[in-house]
Amino acid sequence: MSILPGAKKITDSIWEIPTSYKEGMRVPARIYGSEKLISEMDRGVFDQVTNVATLPGIRKYALCMPDGHWGYGFPIGGVAAMDERAGVISPGGIGFDVNCGMRLVLTNLSYEQIREHVKNLIDRLSQRVPAGVGGSGFVKLSRDEFRSMVQKGAQWCIENGYGWQEDLERTEDWGRAEGADAAKISEKAVERGYRQIGTLGSGNHYLEIQWARPENIFDPLLAKALGLTLKDQVVIMFHCGSRGFGHQVATDYLQKFLKVMEPKYGIRVLDRELACAPFLSPEGQDYFAAMKCAINMSFVNRQVILHRVREVFSEVLGKDPLDLGMHQVYDVAHNTARLETHLIEGKPTRLLVHRKGATKALGPGSRELPELYRKTGQPVIIGGSMETGSYLLVGVGGAEQTFFSTAHGSGRTMSRQKAKKMFQGKTLLKDMAQRGIYVRTASLAGLAEEAGRAYKNIDEVALATEAGGISKRVARFVPVGNVKG
Amino acid sequence: MPFVYKDDVALADVAFQAWGETLEEMFISAADAVTGAMVADLETIRAAQIREMEVSSSELDMLLFNLLQEILFFKDAEQILLRIGAVTITSAGGEYTARATARGEPIDPGRHETIVDVKAVTLHLFSVEQTPRGWRAFVVLDV
Repeated sequence: MSILPGAKKITDSIWEIPTSYKEGMRVPARIYGSEKLISEMDRGVFDQVTNVATLPGIRKYALCMPDGHWGYGFPIGGVAAMDERAGVISPGGIGFDVNCGMRLVLTNLSYEQIREHVKNLIDRLSQRVPAGVGGSGFVKLSRDEFRSMVQKGAQWCIENGYGWQEDLERTEDWGRAEGADAAKISEKAVERGYRQIGTLGSGNHYLEIQWARPENIFDPLLAKALGLTLKDQVVIMFHCGSRGFGHQVATDYLQKFLKVMEPKYGIRVLDRELACAPFLSPEGQDYFAAMKCAINMSFVNRQVILHRVREVFSEVLGKDPLDLGMHQVYDVAHNTARLETHLIEGKPTRLLVHRKGATKALGPGSRELPELYRKTGQPVIIGGSMETGSYLLVGVGGAEQTFFSTAHGSGRTMSRQKAKKMFQGKTLLKDMAQRGIYVRTASLAGLAEEAGRAYKNIDEVALATEAGGISKRVARFVPVGNVKG
Repeated sequence: MPFVYKDDVALADVAFQAWGETLEEMFISAADAVTGAMVADLETIRAAQIREMEVSSSELDMLLFNLLQEILFFKDAEQILLRIGAVTITSAGGEYTARATARGEPIDPGRHETIVDVKAVTLHLFSVEQTPRGWRAFVVLDV
């Protein structure tokens, strides 16, 4: 494969597709990544990122992060900032799994100290954190209580004993999207998701026990500031989202937007999955308020899962979670749209930043960050494939160029169908066990789809974000135990 | 099998083509493709419970979109896996209506080899078309 003809190399890590590439492009598209990563990207990325560039009100560039791959509507890894007044909001630019995200939790244990407990920990975690198709959690709420919960966000968990007060400042937006309005969500969305709090889901969702080898600490000072102070320190990382509730909210509004987009607002899109409405229209504002309920549901989901993780570690290791140092490092959201202020031609401008499979990454000094991370920059958690490893990075000032956004994962290079034909779940399970990774999975076939070789090289992706000047590597973690959805 | 999963479309997701001699048959095939993305062997789903579905749309393709969504709704809301046995499609006053009878049972990890949870039916490349031999749909599922 080669770099797309017509794409211009801006730096070693940034490639630009000019507006002449496709009729209707309002801004150029920029893709981040090394020449190798970009030449391995599928054609869907180029097609989709240039479709995004045609959306009304888009400013500066339609962006794609180094882990970009072919999605639906936006590419996965897509970032687009729309003018608050002249721009649109699009569910296809956020994704069905609203606020799918990552959470990273510390322990004060070394790998040696938990080695013999890994199997027990993972077995118990797989019981306490249900994974797989459908699934229901242990938190029992009425539909009305659920509606109240999605307006409150993670604070609801603290009030109900599912977490520590300090968890909130270590969660993006303190675990709550302001302006969530349960009057804008359908009964169907509530019905679909109100029993699923505390569940992992499936696909690329997982819960892992990992550790940081000394040679995998890239910046010792930053690592220390983020809580990585011990040799071979064990951490817990998990990835999940807003479950059936968020999926239904997105579906509901996708259908509403399709009905009004062209007849009422005269907007045409190149892919129906890019269905959108003017941000300030009644439909746009309704979706924004409903989508925020899904953002909150997801923060709650991960907070409740953290509570379960602390319970399990405490039971198995016979110590209080506080004595095990189980402080959360951070929780980042992937699939969101946020109203933010960025500089456009030197002027502070209000923009609706869509991030689909991309992470917000604020640099040091940002007033949006809690005091705790004002000096370091925002922790960024990039999940790799279950076989290879994951990263902790921080945001940097230079990420202004991407509206303070960076990669979110390693990104697929192989379709699920192909991976399933190529890899056997059982063999994979055995191979991983031999390499010291104990896996509990809800599905062997699903496991095969998530094989490491179906993904880009996580090291190349993390490095590309650093080379592109949009985040900085702090540490790399390798898995020892995995609950796979 | 009246549906086939497609390689190398939307890498992280599941794409399929479904067909049938009649529109109704194609709808049934597409519904099976959605459930089949979640469970390895559709034959392991016992017809123990019945759910009636009714969806409408002014467009035929969105009628299918709405019906497929119902499968996902019941999967999450009731933890039940469904296969559509019969569907009737009528049209009146510019509106199509599909009424379907679906049968299935609660997800049982002991008997159902699950694959991946389907989050949504997407509209990326979504199409319903009439061919010389019947009807065909192309669908990308978000998983």
